[in-house]
Amino acid sequence: MTALLSINGISKRFRGLAAVSRVSFDVQQGEIFAVIGPNGAGKTTLFNMIAGAIPPDEGTIAFAGERIEGLRSDQIARLGVGRTFQLVRPFPALTVEDNVIIGALMQTRTVHEAETIARDTLARLDLFDKRAQIASSLTLPDRKRLEVARALATGPKLLLLDEVMAGLRPTETDRIVATLRDLNRDGLTILLIEHVMRAVTALASRILVLHHGAAIAEGNPEQVLRDPAVVESYLGAESL
Amino acid sequence: MSNIWQRLPTRGKILCLAALVAAIAAPLVADRYLLSVLILVFYFAYLGQAWNLLMGFAGQLSLGHALYLGLGAYTATALWTLFGIGPWIGVFIAIPVAAAAGMIVGWLGWRFAIEGVYFALLTIAFAEFTRIGFDHLQITGASAGLFLSVNSPGSDKWWNLGGGPLLYYYLALILAAAATLLVAWLRRSPLGYRWLAVREDPEAARAAGIDIFRAKMIAILISASMTAVGGVFYGFYYRNLFPSQVFDIGRSIEIIMAPIIGGLGTVFGPLVGAILLTPLGESLTALMQHFGVNTPGAKSIFYGLTLMVIITLQPSGVWPWLARKLGLDRPRA
Repeated sequence: MTALLSINGISKRFRGLAAVSRVSFDVQQGEIFAVIGPNGAGKTTLFNMIAGAIPPDEGTIAFAGERIEGLRSDQIARLGVGRTFQLVRPFPALTVEDNVIIGALMQTRTVHEAETIARDTLARLDLFDKRAQIASSLTLPDRKRLEVARALATGPKLLLLDEVMAGLRPTETDRIVATLRDLNRDGLTILLIEHVMRAVTALASRILVLHHGAAIAEGNPEQVLRDPAVVESYLGAESL
Repeated sequence: MSNIWQRLPTRGKILCLAALVAAIAAPLVADRYLLSVLILVFYFAYLGQAWNLLMGFAGQLSLGHALYLGLGAYTATALWTLFGIGPWIGVFIAIPVAAAAGMIVGWLGWRFAIEGVYFALLTIAFAEFTRIGFDHLQITGASAGLFLSVNSPGSDKWWNLGGGPLLYYYLALILAAAATLLVAWLRRSPLGYRWLAVREDPEAARAAGIDIFRAKMIAILISASMTAVGGVFYGFYYRNLFPSQVFDIGRSIEIIMAPIIGGLGTVFGPLVGAILLTPLGESLTALMQHFGVNTPGAKSIFYGLTLMVIITLQPSGVWPWLARKLGLDRPRA
């Protein structure tokens, strides 16, 4: 197996507070890898470093064998890393379809082809019927799906999902889980940050647990979720 | 290009053609005064398109477009008066001069993360100190102004951009129509989509692989270049240039009125705004004269009040509302 994403000892400090300290892990081609941990554990910071939104203070990040730490987020996106935002950021005044066309324009030079890609992607995420709506008029679950659709339309090799299930009802969660599983079956590698354990256990082949910025456990779901350190620091508190 | 036409609903096609025919035929019925008003309508529609490209589409507020207008006007006019180089050639020198100025403003602002109102202040600053520079530039007449002679040989010929109102009328009409077409085409181009993304959410735009600095630089490059062409028109239409007028912040503000009133970020907004505003100003002047009101500033007060009413009633501009009324709006206009 070759690692699509290889994180090696990355750290980030904010004014002396260690948000992420010396975290290392590999995401293999074709897997669904989950990062879990309590609020403030540094999950989103870790994510932002991978996506290039903030540079790491130390350590290396390699994507498809290429070092990407320190690149701008648009450069990393063009290499094939798609991302969503924890607090969804659709282009509010544009239609659902235009939102996704903008993503699709990363893989094609013509608007016509981008429209085709956008429509396929929207159909896949059950948003096709809402394509003419203005993005800001969508409900939260739809906006979350739009966020995924836009990232997906860029044609990523690796999809970074930042809490896309948070705030969704269980039926909606199951819908997204099914879609993600489909995408993964078609070869998409997914790295997700998630609080909803129902989704994590349903999707992830491996899990990394962050606590106070440090990795305290890594492995397959059965191992990790039975790990005493994990139960104490995270799951116990969430009474699972 | 043909794509833009096909996307228009039938009613829109008819309306576009009718407006175009009316505009072409207008000199048959319009007197000299009405023609001069129409020239201004198209002149402001054209400049509005240029500014709207940067603000309405790429979301970058410039309050200093007088800089590009003035540089365009001064470059072409000076080339003619000093070296006898005609405006049809001069315009191709005026464009890169203004474009370079735009690139400098854009680079300084966006490279150093000066955004929003701070960027707007930067654009004002550049226009202001260019004005002061030209006030002291002896070769272009400094603050005493630069004049185009009206009786030197060949100065009234179209190839030297001189002549009667008809020439300026059709020239302004062509500029406005071409700019509207260009903007309509850009709006549906990959570049147009990138601008909208940058305007809506720069961070999300980056995540979609867009180099936002590059997108904004292209926007200011095109916007400044178009404005420079408007400047050449200004220079040869008015035939006199004063730094205190052409680089004045008032110039910058009058450029941005039509697109704001007409509808920011819409293709037809600048056109509709100019059609409303220019005659409004003119008819207010006429009304004041008619009723013998000559209190200083009275016209400005009524003009300002009218703008306030329009903005209050239609905050997103007149065109989106008008398009709905005319049944021209489509889910993705």
